Amino acid sequence: MSTANVEISLSHLDELWFQVSGTRCNLTCQHCFISCSPDNDNFGFLTRKKIKRSLRESAEIGVKGYYFTGGEPFLHPEMTDILIDTLEFGPATVLTNATVFKEQWLNRLSAAHHLSRYSLEFRVSLDGFSSKTNDPIRGKGTFDRAIRGVGRLVSQGFLPIITATQTWPDSETQAVLERFTEVLKQHGYAHPRIKLLPTLKIGAEKNRTNGYSIHQRVTSNMLEEFDTSQLVCEHSRIVTDRGVHVCPILIESPESVLGENLKAASDQSFNISHGACFTCYQYGSICSNVAASNTPGSS
Amino acid sequence: MNVRIGLFGGIYNNYLALEAAISQASALGVDALYCLGDIGAFGPHPDRSFPLLTDNKIECIQGNYDDSIGNELADCQCGYTDVRDNHFAQLSYDYTLANTSEDNKAFLKSLPSEIELEIEEQRLLLCHGSPRKTNEFLWESATPLHFLDMFLKRRNLDLIAGTHTGIKWHAKTNHGQFVNVGVLGRPENDGNSHVWFTTLDISRTGIQHAFHPVSYDHQRLGNEMQREGIPDEFIETIHTGWWTTCLEILPQKERAAGCY
Repeated sequence: MSTANVEISLSHLDELWFQVSGTRCNLTCQHCFISCSPDNDNFGFLTRKKIKRSLRESAEIGVKGYYFTGGEPFLHPEMTDILIDTLEFGPATVLTNATVFKEQWLNRLSAAHHLSRYSLEFRVSLDGFSSKTNDPIRGKGTFDRAIRGVGRLVSQGFLPIITATQTWPDSETQAVLERFTEVLKQHGYAHPRIKLLPTLKIGAEKNRTNGYSIHQRVTSNMLEEFDTSQLVCEHSRIVTDRGVHVCPILIESPESVLGENLKAASDQSFNISHGACFTCYQYGSICSNVAASNTPGSS
Repeated sequence: MNVRIGLFGGIYNNYLALEAAISQASALGVDALYCLGDIGAFGPHPDRSFPLLTDNKIECIQGNYDDSIGNELADCQCGYTDVRDNHFAQLSYDYTLANTSEDNKAFLKSLPSEIELEIEEQRLLLCHGSPRKTNEFLWESATPLHFLDMFLKRRNLDLIAGTHTGIKWHAKTNHGQFVNVGVLGRPENDGNSHVWFTTLDISRTGIQHAFHPVSYDHQRLGNEMQREGIPDEFIETIHTGWWTTCLEILPQKERAAGCY
């Protein structure tokens, strides 16, 4: 097995991510791949000023879309303003647990979205279709709070993408998807959009499972005739308070920092030697709104 | 001097709409007609579109569907990601592949992936999805103007025309224009049965675009689709104007504009 120098270069910076709320989250999910929690301050909040600077820089290099993640982005006191700023540049997606929304924020975002030429996408994490299946992973009471958040988004005209991390066997996927759809319809979401994600066996998830084995690595042979545009690092970078990293998954790895600004980080290739790179290789485009054809439930 | 060209997007086997659009474009006095690819898919009788294209000297570029049918690939390379969308796309693809003649497959295989034009000192690029990728979706609500400027600047263009998404749109950017010319193959998810094509009026002072609705005998198309065993979901779209498949690829704004 040869894992040395499996370098992936950026073809073009299509997706620019922001670790907007650092590692701060109001929840402590058992499968979180960067162990976010209410008291995890390893990564700090990004300032609105810094994000604006990156947005201006991104326009010069032709970025296609913007993504905001954390932690929980809506713990950032200026999250609404940041999203409104972004909608002047291009389409924005925010990954949220939907448990901390305030009506005033959603009203402002709905109005800004209505005026913008660009889409504002909400991706809401929900890991089961009931308290019984969701709460053991995301915390007590989180299903009820998240489903209320989904209802509030729908009532504002948004069509949130419900993202569920697959913690069940493949054989149950179809039944799980049907139950998800049924439950979301019961809560007023007539035609729910659902995206399934594979687990990433790092961070808190490493403790829940056993992490990656040494054999779960991408080798140079595996890349022969492989469409590398399926890999997140081929078309994405993420801004954190420490610099610009290769992808949203590996920010805790010191070697993931590729530069101080977008231009510098775009010029750097990355050695995909991590276990999580293997999951990215297996499933493809796991971080994008639109799943690759081999993500769970798509084939 | 003013030159008027007509641009047709995906035909998707809808030879009845193609016939109507050719007649409408002729009445508008177009100097030339172009098809931006995806001649097959969705509708009935794939071979019926080809004589209309060649008899009317319509220059075509190769869409993802044309590449697939021409080279007899396993699927349409449409770029869908959802299991249900891919299921329906495959039914349509298998039907089109089985019902396209060898001669027409050779024609599809021979098509160029893009056409560059210089008319009245204006530089135009006709492509299928985007200048960089045949099956890239450029939706109005998910394509920043600065992203389009990157292509316009890189290739020193005044206008880029594409299709692929199935919904027409136009944008003026700092460096030029982009127009998605719409498609003739199916309505654009707006509750109307008509389809669309685009004309460009090109002069030394600029390029003006216009979108044209095309009404055609969609009842007849629906009946023919039924007789050919094409799924009811596709026939419903032809009659109602609402998309029933290929929905998961849509961004928020385009998805919210439909009824599913």
